[in-house]
Amino acid sequence: MFADYTMTELTSIFAMQGFAGLILFSVFVLMALGLAIIFGQMGVINMAHGEFMILGAYVTYLTSTLFAEYLPSIYDSYFFIAMIFAFIVTAALGALVEWAIIRHLYKRPLDTLLATWGLSLILQQLYRTVFGAREVGVTLPDWLMGSYALNENIEIPINGLFVMGLTIVITVGVALMMQKSRLGKQTRAVVQNRPMAAAVGINTEKVDRMTFALGCGIAGIAGSAFTMIGSTGPTSGQLYIVDTFLVVVFGGASSLIGTVASAFTISQAQSTMEFFLSGSTAKVLTLLTVVGILMLRPQGLFSLKIRR
Amino acid sequence: MTKIKDFIGRYQLSHLLILAALLLVVMPLAMDIFRLNLVGKYLTYAFVALGLVLCWGYGGILSLGQGVFFGLGGYCMAMFLKLEASSPEHTAIQSTPGIPDFMDWNQLTALPWFWEPFHSFGFTLLAVVIVPALFAFIIGVAMFKRRVSGVYFAIITQAIAAILTILIIGQQGYTGGVNGITDLRTLHGWDIRTDSAKYILYFINAFLLIGCLFAARYIIKSKLGRLLVAMREREDRVRFSGYDVSSFKIFIYCIAAVFSAIGGAMFTLQVGFMSPSFVGIVPSIEMVIFCAVGGRLSILGAVYGTLLVNWAKTSFSESFPELWLFAMGALFIGVVMAFPNGLAGLYQSYVEPRLQRFKKTAEPLAPESETEVLTPEEIKPKQHAKDTESAAGEYSHAGN
Amino acid sequence: MLETNKSIAQKDFVLSIEGLTVSFDGFKAVNNLSLYVEEQEIRVIIGPNGAGKTTVLDLICGRTKATEGSIKFKGTELTRLNEHQIVHAGVGRKFQNPSIYEDLSVFENLELSFPRGRNVWGALTFRRDAKVVAKVKEIADMIFLGDKLDMNADLLSHGQKQWLEIGMLLIQDPELLMLDEPVAGMSVSERKQTAELLQRITKDRSVLVIEHDMQFVADIADRVTVLHQGQVLSEGSMERVQSDPKVIEVYLGH
Repeated sequence: MFADYTMTELTSIFAMQGFAGLILFSVFVLMALGLAIIFGQMGVINMAHGEFMILGAYVTYLTSTLFAEYLPSIYDSYFFIAMIFAFIVTAALGALVEWAIIRHLYKRPLDTLLATWGLSLILQQLYRTVFGAREVGVTLPDWLMGSYALNENIEIPINGLFVMGLTIVITVGVALMMQKSRLGKQTRAVVQNRPMAAAVGINTEKVDRMTFALGCGIAGIAGSAFTMIGSTGPTSGQLYIVDTFLVVVFGGASSLIGTVASAFTISQAQSTMEFFLSGSTAKVLTLLTVVGILMLRPQGLFSLKIRR
Repeated sequence: MTKIKDFIGRYQLSHLLILAALLLVVMPLAMDIFRLNLVGKYLTYAFVALGLVLCWGYGGILSLGQGVFFGLGGYCMAMFLKLEASSPEHTAIQSTPGIPDFMDWNQLTALPWFWEPFHSFGFTLLAVVIVPALFAFIIGVAMFKRRVSGVYFAIITQAIAAILTILIIGQQGYTGGVNGITDLRTLHGWDIRTDSAKYILYFINAFLLIGCLFAARYIIKSKLGRLLVAMREREDRVRFSGYDVSSFKIFIYCIAAVFSAIGGAMFTLQVGFMSPSFVGIVPSIEMVIFCAVGGRLSILGAVYGTLLVNWAKTSFSESFPELWLFAMGALFIGVVMAFPNGLAGLYQSYVEPRLQRFKKTAEPLAPESETEVLTPEEIKPKQHAKDTESAAGEYSHAGN
Repeated sequence: MLETNKSIAQKDFVLSIEGLTVSFDGFKAVNNLSLYVEEQEIRVIIGPNGAGKTTVLDLICGRTKATEGSIKFKGTELTRLNEHQIVHAGVGRKFQNPSIYEDLSVFENLELSFPRGRNVWGALTFRRDAKVVAKVKEIADMIFLGDKLDMNADLLSHGQKQWLEIGMLLIQDPELLMLDEPVAGMSVSERKQTAELLQRITKDRSVLVIEHDMQFVADIADRVTVLHQGQVLSEGSMERVQSDPKVIEVYLGH
């Protein structure tokens, strides 16, 4: 299959596809981070995670519309405000959902899965009712338009670069928070030994709620970033949910580094194959490989042998 | 000891017989062929829900990819029917006559090898059962031998459903793509689109479903059924009582797959097409909700739950299409949170005690008569659960 | 020469563990352990928390896979077998917390443990015949639950649940019975009954018990093995172990 291309062309292809893969990687990581926190730390399957992400995207879209309407002079910086809004709104919805649904189902993980699927249906229909079935997109500020031309064959879009930078910042931020902050430490304490954590005065119910809200909030930020590279529709979130779950499980559920590494592997494999094979074949092969590896190593790539 | 057990057995049987009467007598008499065909379509989903009662309700294995097996069964049947509909005379205008139309549109010039055996109806019938069973067996061995369970299993089965859907849609020339395999006409020259054929297919479907219900009932009442319950609670204990837990899980998963596939094949026959929209993640998880609404431990509940949800879906979609997703979402949340045992659980806690009281005053030798006084319409919403609760009650009473 | 040695070893020891090691992430929970159990012996394993007692039972019954070493049961290497195969070989194991089927009745709990119809087909065609019923009743009487056959198992008291689990093992008639803290949480009278029960059921089998209650240990043990940090610290009769300075130091020295 390589015979038709010259060496330089091949290099460019790999570079370009690698870059496309990096953007996919960013979306995976941003979505998977929130999921990894919720699933890895709390054992809760949140099937509505994609809808939380889309909520963040809609909030960003609304903010950009407001800025374009009322504050056109500072439109260039709307994105940062929008990101904060997106985080707050999705985290608040997350806390509400935890209070109303999730906390009643902690002992029944499979039922949580079904209940959050129901939630995702409701949210999708809500988006359709409010925003319409058609996809909406934001107008990018000028400084995010265009691309760098590395050479005549390779062009790198700036919005993609920006999203990648953002991903790195958020990932590092989340990792630091889980390691250093009070909430992070409390969360890990609750995961390791719930009764003991409660005994030393940690309000475990509050920690659960905050953790869930945090995971959802990160999904909101992911949605914000998503608007930079694609348009938003009511069902856009659902497209990614299975892939993201595979990313999390493949990475070994409780390890953030594992999540990032598996997101990288999966996205790069998929986008590189996509160029040479049809999109669907590439996707099928990627998913099959992941499922196959998971069958051989159910605990994921980055988990430790522990005493049962 | 045996007396109690026999009594429970007979009691359950009576409910099964009432359902059989409903499906075989009441519905065909009360409905025109259009509605009846619709019910027949719903009942094909009930096969899936029934399989889920066994593997999810009893075995504790939640598969979110049962659409895969429904689809495999349906596609096997559709391939046979499509080949019959694509005889050289019918397809004379194509550039390659004698192959299915969608292959011709996709510039295929010969029938792919894996289509060839589907010229034979016998092979097709075997394939409907064996292909999904084999597929389930492979998945089951790979997962259960390695002790993958719970949410991991659910996610992986979901991924498998996604893979198969993408594959079917992507390989248009071989599968008919997103439209599926359509325009099916005859089975050995017998036109399946006529009203009389629809009646006959409805009855075949209903008999098959009742057969599957009996098979499921036998499994639940056997020691294997009690082992499944035991495994859900204490998998280790079952293992250390000398059982190979994975083999039981594989078995029940394969049974669920075969039930689903029979449903899929009957769907193709009754509705006249098969498409990837019955294979993927969304339909698979919808079928879980049919089962959950009926009551995940009730084999009869699976049938009533499926009928009820689909009837609601059809009526909603006719009058308030935009509300349906809200209702469906609320149904998921509501059933899981408030009624984890579904309609069967409701029946058990509200209807059953009243029937018991009524029974005490009635003649002791006629325990079933009071249900038969009710008209079928009255029975329908109330009836589902006696089965579960006797299934649930069975292991509490059967002891000595 | 080697052959004869081997056959002598098989004859004398029901269970011979040699060089057994398991590590979790570098931590050696059991470290180069060797242990031999004779026929019809009641062996009690004691040791401080974290000494690896439960892990040893887990290793024998296949719940945990050994990193190194061998476990021979009547000449069969157990480390290569699955849990259910180990049970078929004749090893029964009771868990620390009573592990019974609380959704099922006492009768059904025992019936499910009856060693027949253990594969899919057997379970589908299993019939509750007179032999099964008689055996279940016999065992139920033995574990003081003869009048509770119909009761749902979740209604039993903690001690009765422990007995039920012992009964579920007895109905399998294992040659090696492993009990993890069989009297934990029992009242004084229940403890006494359990000691009698153990004396009675060990007539024709070997028993490996983990226990903390020293009085109970003294009542039942033929020999005692003290584990410490995954290794055998001391072994022998109760008196000998109790007077061993190493044991005294581990238990009292800090």
